Amino acid sequence: MEPFLELKAISKTFPGVQALADVGLSVSPGEVIGLIGENGAGKSTLMKILGGVIAPTSGSIRIDGVDRPALTVEAAIGAGIAFVHQELNLFDNLDAAANVFIGREPRKGWPLPLIDRKRLHDTVRPLLKRLDVDFEPQTLVADLSLAQRQLLEITKALSLDARVVIMDEPTSSLTISETRRLLAVIADLKRNGVAIIFISHRLHEVTECADRVVALRDGRIAGRLARHEITHDAMIRLMIGRDLKSLYTPPAAPPADAVLELKGFRTPAFPDSSIDLTLRRGEILGLAGLIGAGRTELARAVFGIDRPLAGEIRVNGEAAEVYSPSDAIARGIYLIPEDRKQSALILEDSIAQNISLANIRAFVRSGLVSSALEEQNAERQIRALRIKAPNASIIAGSLSGGNQQKVVLAKWLSMEPKILIFDEPTRGIDVGSKSEIYALMRGLADSGVGVLMISSDMEEVVGVSDRMVVMHEGAIAGELSRDRFSEEAVMQLAVGHRRSEPIGERAC
Amino acid sequence: MLKKDLGLLILVVIVSAIVAFLNPRFISPINLSNTANLVGLFGIFSIGEGFVIITGGIDLSIGSMLALLGVVFIDLLTTYQMNWVAAVLLIVLAGTALGAIQGFLITKMRMQPFIVTLCGLLLYRGIARWYTDDGTAGFAFGQSFPSLEWLTTGRVHGIPLTFVVFVLISIVMGIVLHRSVFGRHLFAVGRNEEAALYSGIRSQWVIAATYIILGALSGLSAIYFAMYTRSISPASHGTFYELYAIAAAVLGGCSLRGGEGSVFGIVLGTILLQVLQNLVNLLGIPSSLNFAVMGAVILLGVLADQQLVNYRSRRAALRSQKALAAVDKAATV
Repeated sequence: MEPFLELKAISKTFPGVQALADVGLSVSPGEVIGLIGENGAGKSTLMKILGGVIAPTSGSIRIDGVDRPALTVEAAIGAGIAFVHQELNLFDNLDAAANVFIGREPRKGWPLPLIDRKRLHDTVRPLLKRLDVDFEPQTLVADLSLAQRQLLEITKALSLDARVVIMDEPTSSLTISETRRLLAVIADLKRNGVAIIFISHRLHEVTECADRVVALRDGRIAGRLARHEITHDAMIRLMIGRDLKSLYTPPAAPPADAVLELKGFRTPAFPDSSIDLTLRRGEILGLAGLIGAGRTELARAVFGIDRPLAGEIRVNGEAAEVYSPSDAIARGIYLIPEDRKQSALILEDSIAQNISLANIRAFVRSGLVSSALEEQNAERQIRALRIKAPNASIIAGSLSGGNQQKVVLAKWLSMEPKILIFDEPTRGIDVGSKSEIYALMRGLADSGVGVLMISSDMEEVVGVSDRMVVMHEGAIAGELSRDRFSEEAVMQLAVGHRRSEPIGERAC
Repeated sequence: MLKKDLGLLILVVIVSAIVAFLNPRFISPINLSNTANLVGLFGIFSIGEGFVIITGGIDLSIGSMLALLGVVFIDLLTTYQMNWVAAVLLIVLAGTALGAIQGFLITKMRMQPFIVTLCGLLLYRGIARWYTDDGTAGFAFGQSFPSLEWLTTGRVHGIPLTFVVFVLISIVMGIVLHRSVFGRHLFAVGRNEEAALYSGIRSQWVIAATYIILGALSGLSAIYFAMYTRSISPASHGTFYELYAIAAAVLGGCSLRGGEGSVFGIVLGTILLQVLQNLVNLLGIPSSLNFAVMGAVILLGVLADQQLVNYRSRRAALRSQKALAAVDKAATV
C-alpha cells in the first residue's frame, strides 16, 4: 500500500549536538514498524518531530502528498498521528471516559453548557469493547492497573481516528500475559488498517509483531530489516554497530569476604519477596532486571530512605541498623541515585558545596564552615576525577551529565566508602564519560570497596560486572557468574522464566 | 554581602534621602530613635520568619502568638506577682514549645505549614481573648519593674535597646545561617529536600528547628511588645504582624519557594517597611493609605528584583558556558 506519511531527510541539531541526521521513514496503512536503537540514538527526538512538539532543522514531512517543513501538535493530531507514551498522560482523578475525551467533552444545555455524561459514556463504550478491555467507561483511572491504563491510552488514540499509533516502550511495565494481550490488540489494529510504530528494547516483541524494523544509531538510520531478516542478532548488530564488545577490566585481586549481606530483606514495594544478597569487598556486582523489578526500591531501603519491612543488613559481618540515610552513611554505605538532578545534586549550589554537603562537619573550623577548605577539597576532586570545570565555585547545574555524575561521586569519594551503590550510573551520559565512570568504579573496587551497580543497560551490566544478580518482580530470579554472562541469560531471568521459550505465541 | 542585599540597601538609602529631603524631621534624633525602636520590635520575629521561609514553609501565627503570650506575660507579673526573670524565661519557653508543636505537626504529621499555622493564628487569638474575657490586660497602677523596663524600653545614648538586641540577634542568626553547619543544611533542604535527604541530612529535623527558633523569637518579641504597649487588648494586639514579617523577608530576598534569603536582607526589609510607615506619617499622606503604600512598594520591589535576577542569571549562564567551553578547548589542545 502507498505510504500516507513520509519523513524525508529529517535533521535536527540542538546546540552542540546533532540529534538526527538525514533520517527518512515512511508509514503505510496497516503496517507495524519496529523502531529500535540504544538510549540517545534519536528515537524520542524523531517521535517528537512526528508529534509536532519540536520542529526539524531541515527536511520535510509529507502527509497525504502534501509536503511541510514541520508539524504542529494540532496538525499531527489532525493527520491521525497518536501517541501512547511511556509515561502515561492520564488524569488519575477522572474516569476512563472523561480521560478519552479530555478537552473535547460532549456538551449539553444552555446557557451553561454541561458535560453530557451519558453521551460521553455511550461514545466510549464501543471503543473500549473494540479493545476487549475489562473495565467500564465509569471506572476511575486511579483504580486501573498499568496495563489497563495503557489500553486506555490506545482507546484515546482510536477516538481520535488515529491512522498511526506510536507506542513508546509500551510493554516496559506490563506482565507477560498483559504483553500478550497488547500484542493481540496491535494485530487487531493492523487488520483495521491502522499503522503502528512500535518502539521497544524488548527485541523478542519486536521480532513477534514487526513487519519491518528501522534501527537508529547516533541520530542516523543504521539500517532497515524486512520481515524475514528480523532476528535478534541482526537487530543488536544494527543498534550497537558491532557485536557486543567487552568493556570488561578484570579486578586486580579476587574479591575478598562479604562487605554487605542482606538476609530475609523485604521492601515495602514488594512485601512478599524476601531477598538474600551478598556483596563482596573488591567486586562489582551487577544488579540487572527490567524497569520496575524492584532494584531501586531495594537500594532505597538499604540506604535507609524507605524502612524495610523485615530482614537484616550486615556490614562487614556485623548487624547494622539503618533507619535513615544518615545511619547508612555512618556505616559507609553510600548511594548514587538514579535521578541525579532530583535526588543527588543541588543544582543552584556550587560544585564545592555539593561535594561537601554530606560531610560538611569535616570542613568546620572553630564552629564555622570554612569555604576555603571546601574549595581545596573540591579542587582536589576536580583534578582526581577530571571533572571538566574551570573552578569549584561554578554551579553544578551548568555541568554536563557526565560531569555532574562525577560531582556526585566526588561527594562520596572524600568520605572513604565501604559500599557504593550506583543506580543507573551512566543514564543520559555520553560515551566518553561512561568509560571514565567505569574506570572509576573498577578503581574503587580494587581499593577494597564493594560496588553494587543497578543497571538496565544490557551492554553495561554485561560488560562491567564481575558477577550478576537478576531481579524479577521484587525477588532475586537468579545469579550469574562471569562465564555465564549473556544477554540471553539475563533476559531469561529478568522476565522470570528460566527455560528458553518465546514470550507468547506469534501474535501478529 | 549578596548583590541582592546591596540593591535593597541602595533602595533604603534612596527612600530615606527623599523622605529626609521632603521633611527634615525624618532625621531628627527623636524620629530616628523611634523608627529604630520599631525596627527592633518588628525585626526580631521577622528573622525567625525568614528562616521558616528559607525551608519553603510559612508561619501565619506570629501576631496571635504575640497576643496570647503577651496577655499571659502580663498576667504572670500582675495576678501571680511572679519574678520577672522567671516570667521572661517562661514566656520564651512557651513560645519555643508552641513552635515545636507546629514543627512537629508539619514534619512528623506531614501537614502543610500554611494550614498548621493558620489554625495557630485562630487558636492563639481565640484563647487569648477567652483568657482575658476579651478585656484589656494591663499592669496594675503603680506597678513598675525598673530593670525589665530598662532592658525592654530603655535607651542608651538615644539608641533604643530593642534595636541593640535586634542587632545582636541578627549578628548571631547571620552567622548561624551563613556560616554554620545548620545554616548550610537549611539552604540545602530549602533548595532540594530530596537531595539533602540523600546526602544524609535529617531534613525533617532541620525544618522543625526553624519553627522552634521562630517560636522562641516570637516569645521574646511578645515580651518586648507587651512592655512597649504596656496594655494588651487581645482582639487587636499584633494583628497582621506575621504579614509584616513575611513582607520583610520577601523584600529581603527570601523566596517563598525556599532556598533563598539572607539575614542582612531581612534586616534591610524590616528597615524599609518601617521607613515607609514613617514616610506616610511625615509626608502627610492619609494614614489610611498606610497599607496601600506598603503593598505598592513591595510589589514594585519584588518585580524589579525578579527582572534583575533573570537578567543576571542569563548572564551568569552565559559566563559559565564560556568558561566551560574554554576548558573544553584546553582539554582538546
